[in-house]
Amino acid sequence: MDDIIKRNPLRSLIIAILIAVFLWLVFAPWPPELVAKWGRKQIFLNALLGGITLGALYFLVAAGFTLIFGLMRVVNLAHGSLFLLGGYLGYEIASLTGSWFIAFPVVFLVVGLLGLLMQRFIFSKMEGEELRQTLVSIGISIVLADLMLWLWGGQSYSILAPGFLTGPMELPIINSINASTGATNWLRYPAVRVWILIAAIVIGVAMWLVLNRTALGMLIRAGVDDREMLAASGVRIQLVFLAVFGFGAGLAGMAGIIGGTFQSLSPGEDTRFLLASLVVVIVGGMGSIVGAALGSLIIGVTEQMGFVYAPTYSVVFTFLIMAAVLAFRPQGLLGARR
Amino acid sequence: MAMTDQAPRFVNRADQKLWFERIPAPWWALAVVLLFLPVVANNFWLFQVMGWTFILGMIGLSLMFLAGYGGMVSLLQMSIAGMAGYMVAILGNSGTVTVSLGLAWWIVLPAAFLIAALFATISGALAVRTEGIYTIMITLAIAAAFFYFTRQNYTIFNGYSGFNLVLPPQLFGVNWRDPVPFYYLSLALAALSYGAVVYVSRSPFGLALQGVRDNPRRMAALGFNVTAHRVAAYALASVFASAGGILLVWQNAQIAPGTIGMSAAIDVLVVAVVGGMRRPLGPFIGAFIYVILQVFSPDILGFFGFSADRFKLIIGLGFLAIVLFSPDGVLGLWDRWRARRRQQQDQKTGGGVA
Repeated sequence: MDDIIKRNPLRSLIIAILIAVFLWLVFAPWPPELVAKWGRKQIFLNALLGGITLGALYFLVAAGFTLIFGLMRVVNLAHGSLFLLGGYLGYEIASLTGSWFIAFPVVFLVVGLLGLLMQRFIFSKMEGEELRQTLVSIGISIVLADLMLWLWGGQSYSILAPGFLTGPMELPIINSINASTGATNWLRYPAVRVWILIAAIVIGVAMWLVLNRTALGMLIRAGVDDREMLAASGVRIQLVFLAVFGFGAGLAGMAGIIGGTFQSLSPGEDTRFLLASLVVVIVGGMGSIVGAALGSLIIGVTEQMGFVYAPTYSVVFTFLIMAAVLAFRPQGLLGARR
Repeated sequence: MAMTDQAPRFVNRADQKLWFERIPAPWWALAVVLLFLPVVANNFWLFQVMGWTFILGMIGLSLMFLAGYGGMVSLLQMSIAGMAGYMVAILGNSGTVTVSLGLAWWIVLPAAFLIAALFATISGALAVRTEGIYTIMITLAIAAAFFYFTRQNYTIFNGYSGFNLVLPPQLFGVNWRDPVPFYYLSLALAALSYGAVVYVSRSPFGLALQGVRDNPRRMAALGFNVTAHRVAAYALASVFASAGGILLVWQNAQIAPGTIGMSAAIDVLVVAVVGGMRRPLGPFIGAFIYVILQVFSPDILGFFGFSADRFKLIIGLGFLAIVLFSPDGVLGLWDRWRARRRQQQDQKTGGGVA
């Protein structure tokens, strides 16, 4: 760290100032001039927090996508369909059993099993034929999308969060200070979103730990780097593939429940989240979990900020970020050059 | 033919066929059928089925050109077609008078082609930064971004509702939206595009592009600019896609974000893959199958007791079957069937290789 600062003093200074400004924007009460220019602080904070929680959701979807791509070189364009399927199944299970929490393990198992089957019976049959695998995944996504439209129709579903997660909670961030009484107004934010953010961070850290501190993680990282060499050293790589594919698919399914809880589920959400995963992975770097986290954060915050401050052009910002990354760092922010 | 003048006089006459003699008989038959189709077919067939086949075929052709000769599977072609179509609606006349500029057709059409080509070139320049399957991801992302942008933006693209009443100009006193003129217009443009792709594929540029597809490193070592060839391929392919897109707007008389949505972008891929991406004929065959399935799916599905909405399921399953069992599409099936028949004949006659 010291080394980096010594080598790039100017760049470090700019970054430090930007961080300081950002922290001030978040934590300090805004002076009236700023409010006149940008609108109330609450709007900014809501957009920021909304972006971060949206990024958390994107991360859950994109993490599986990037792992599957990094290890197996499979661009699974049916990933968005797995997300939506998980959401619908979660809705059914939650309304059948009345328990939001039971839905998670069940959906993880069911959608993960679907992923296992896809890998075992389709993708492993055409290993190395990347284009064909991608085309097959497109075919699967068309079929799944239509089956889901058939079963669940075109209306939108919303999964109810359990009682203790509904309603707002106060965050230790100043929203505004009442000018006459001097009382501090703390920011209130939907509790469910805060918990989703925490859950995503826990899952992300757990994935990082598994990848970097366990034997299985070692195998996966070795497979990402050099699949042939790993297979040649006697590892039954097909089992590793199955495990990763199943896990990634299950994670996308669980993300579907979360997506259904704080937004809604309807046909078309599958392509929306597929696109989000694509952009996140392109920006963050293919096959990198940390890259997926960074990419999700950037894309989520950009999307929400754009949505609040420039509604008709919000997509353009996302796109511009992707274009800029492609132009200057085609392998993604944290991607390894292969 | 300048070469013939200098050729020796004693050349075997069989080798000196004129250009129209070298076209095999089935092509002549196809040409005659297509030219005289309006005599027998009704307006629905001419306008809906065949018109749509040619349009979808041309957009698929632009993908086939990129994928088959350039090795770049781009999901962007529908967006480029849509961009050209949108430009026709925005610059020309439409029902949305607040946005449409109402310029004359001889400005609108070249401008639409140019802007679409510019869009294709810029997106292509981004997409060729990476290779292989990354191209699919990036072009899909760009296509999706364009779709969401047209849906959100009201000042230029008129948002969700898009443009309606976009009509072709009344050139030479002909209403080009009447079934027969529209049929011939789309047939002529499709034939032109087909001829252009065949011609370019044999030109030095096309050969270099195929070289880039097979071995970019070697082509770079030979002094070819790999990136420039790829970007130029995107620009050239945009012409066919734009022609298809403009016809599509005129056929539907409207364009909206739904026209260029994700499913439309993937349909173009389906059409090209089902037909076969090795030859320019493939997309047109794929488009014909697709349109026939779409038009007659209510009847077919109703026959088996399903609701007519399950059309996409048939398309998806058919696409999966093609990709799983015949990756080079229907044309590939046909080639293999012919090869097998030839072999069987040889076994019967005991003759050598035909």
